[in-house]
Amino acid sequence: MERASAALREASPALLLLGLLAAAPFLGFGQGYTMTLLARAMILAMAAVSLSVLVGGAGLVSLGHAAPLGVGAYAVVALDAAGVTEGLVVLPGAAAAAALFALATGAVAIRTSGVHFIMITLAFGQMAFFTAGSLTAYGGDDGYTLYGRTELFGTRLLEDRLGFHWVCLGLLAAVLLLCRLLLASRFGRVLRASRENPLRVRAVGFEPYPFRLLAYALMGAVAGLAGALLANATEFVAPSYMAWQRSGDLLFMAILGGLGSLPGAVAGALAIVLLEEWLSELTEHWRLIFGPLLILSVLFLRGGLAGLPAQLGGLLRRG
Amino acid sequence: MADGGPVLELRGLRKRFGGLAVTDDVSLAVAPGAIHAVIGPNGAGKTTLVHQISGLLAPDSGRVLFAGEDVTALPMHRRARLGLARTFQITSVVPGFSALENAALAVQARSGSSFRLLRPAAGQLALDDPAMEALEAVGLADRARTPAGALSHGERRQLELAVALAMRPRLLLLDEPLAGAGPEEAERLVGVLSGLRGRYAILLVEHDMPAVFALADGISVLVYGRVVATGPPAAIRANPEVRAAYLGEDDAA
Ligand SMILES: Nc1ncnc2c1ncn2[C@@H]1O[C@H](COP(=O)(O)OP(=O)(O)OP(=O)(O)O)[C@@H](O)[C@H]1O
Ligand SMILES: [Mg+2]
Repeated sequence: MERASAALREASPALLLLGLLAAAPFLGFGQGYTMTLLARAMILAMAAVSLSVLVGGAGLVSLGHAAPLGVGAYAVVALDAAGVTEGLVVLPGAAAAAALFALATGAVAIRTSGVHFIMITLAFGQMAFFTAGSLTAYGGDDGYTLYGRTELFGTRLLEDRLGFHWVCLGLLAAVLLLCRLLLASRFGRVLRASRENPLRVRAVGFEPYPFRLLAYALMGAVAGLAGALLANATEFVAPSYMAWQRSGDLLFMAILGGLGSLPGAVAGALAIVLLEEWLSELTEHWRLIFGPLLILSVLFLRGGLAGLPAQLGGLLRRG
Repeated sequence: MADGGPVLELRGLRKRFGGLAVTDDVSLAVAPGAIHAVIGPNGAGKTTLVHQISGLLAPDSGRVLFAGEDVTALPMHRRARLGLARTFQITSVVPGFSALENAALAVQARSGSSFRLLRPAAGQLALDDPAMEALEAVGLADRARTPAGALSHGERRQLELAVALAMRPRLLLLDEPLAGAGPEEAERLVGVLSGLRGRYAILLVEHDMPAVFALADGISVLVYGRVVATGPPAAIRANPEVRAAYLGEDDAA
């Protein structure tokens, strides 16, 4: 009983966020445009959660996480061009392609650490970006327009806004659950210990490298899945999917949410997508406001958004 | 392993840092169940020797035999899997893990695959029970749930020993386990170590001479990377060369 209630308390931020997202269509956010925005936020949240596992769990600060996302999107394009649109093939295919990409690049990148790791992931990301731009069969720099969305069991479920909403929400929930289990598992324990003290981990008999590499590949797969969904959300794929600015955005979502907090990464993605939208409606110079807001959040939100309730509580008690 | 043969044997180990010979033709052996101490002044090369035995550093030449097997080319984690457990002169634990989880990590390394991705590790009795036993053995059971980073310096030393024990090793390599411990903690640790006698082979690097002479079955004296004397405690205590080179008159008490 006690353990069950402790588990519930721990899961409550995630459940709260997922609940809000589930209720959104019935709380006056059901218009087309808002739904598009929410879908985009949920999709980027999946990628941000996977990056949060890498950064906060494994200590792998990747500045190239948009690359596996883009690989997933281009997998949709490649399959579409080949006439394959069944989601049961497309979605696992996108995840697998991104996992392979992450496995190959990670095999090299994970041999380095610290600033070198950041630089090398950035470099691989740029390589992917320029490679995508040279794929003339898929539109090169101009990108590729999808004329139909991915189907599910042969139905056009993803064409329907509400249907797409539920698919994104369900996958986000699954990603959250699986990542949380992963970090708590035997595997995750070695991963977390390797972040804090790799020397100690070696001294008890583990080489961190294969653990880190597998985590990198698995989180690449999650990003690839997100990329496939993003391709469906916009019905258009271009090299900009893999631009380093997007990698930076994802890193920011993960950090804004609170390092290592998975629901925090979801909150970070929601906050950034919605804020960006709202500010750009207010003024065309919205980036002038957005930048300082990000800086303030880093300075004053110590535990990120995940730490916000505790921080507010502290303020109230003092005030 | 050749029965009755030494658990650890070093043969002609050499290591230079630039022009400095830090390990200079070191050969020694540790018998099963024996406590062998390595003493020597600061900078004599004791820690460097421990690094080469554990696999953190590669020797320039010479061999490390563990349970009769040549492990000179094996990396640290492989030697650990063979049963070679070490502690560090500067305590090395996982600060964000509880004491129990630190020990459970070590149990995990020797029991079953760690590429299990979904089942929660916390609360697995196959891991927690042996981990708790190791904490009990060093007198840290009541701190099991405390984050290692919040333990006192002496407690972290105890924890590191517990982690080594949780590996169920064949050899314990201890680099100054008493350094920085208060008199009471030191006394307790000496008690713990003497309780391990006969069950584990131990290579003990230590500056605390009363502790060394109380614990060791054999002692090697290292000066400038060379073993200048090896023998039972009484012989080392009486060796005039050792007294001159290392043991001050008051230390030799
Ligand atoms: N990585 C290194 N590069 C260069 N010199 C080193 C390195 N590590 C140690 N040394 C030098 O090698 C010598 C032996 O060092 P070591 O740490 O092995 O001594 P020690 O016997 O453990 O000393 P202490 O009793 O102070 O712990 C010292 O002179 C030290 O400065
Ligand atoms: Mg030393």
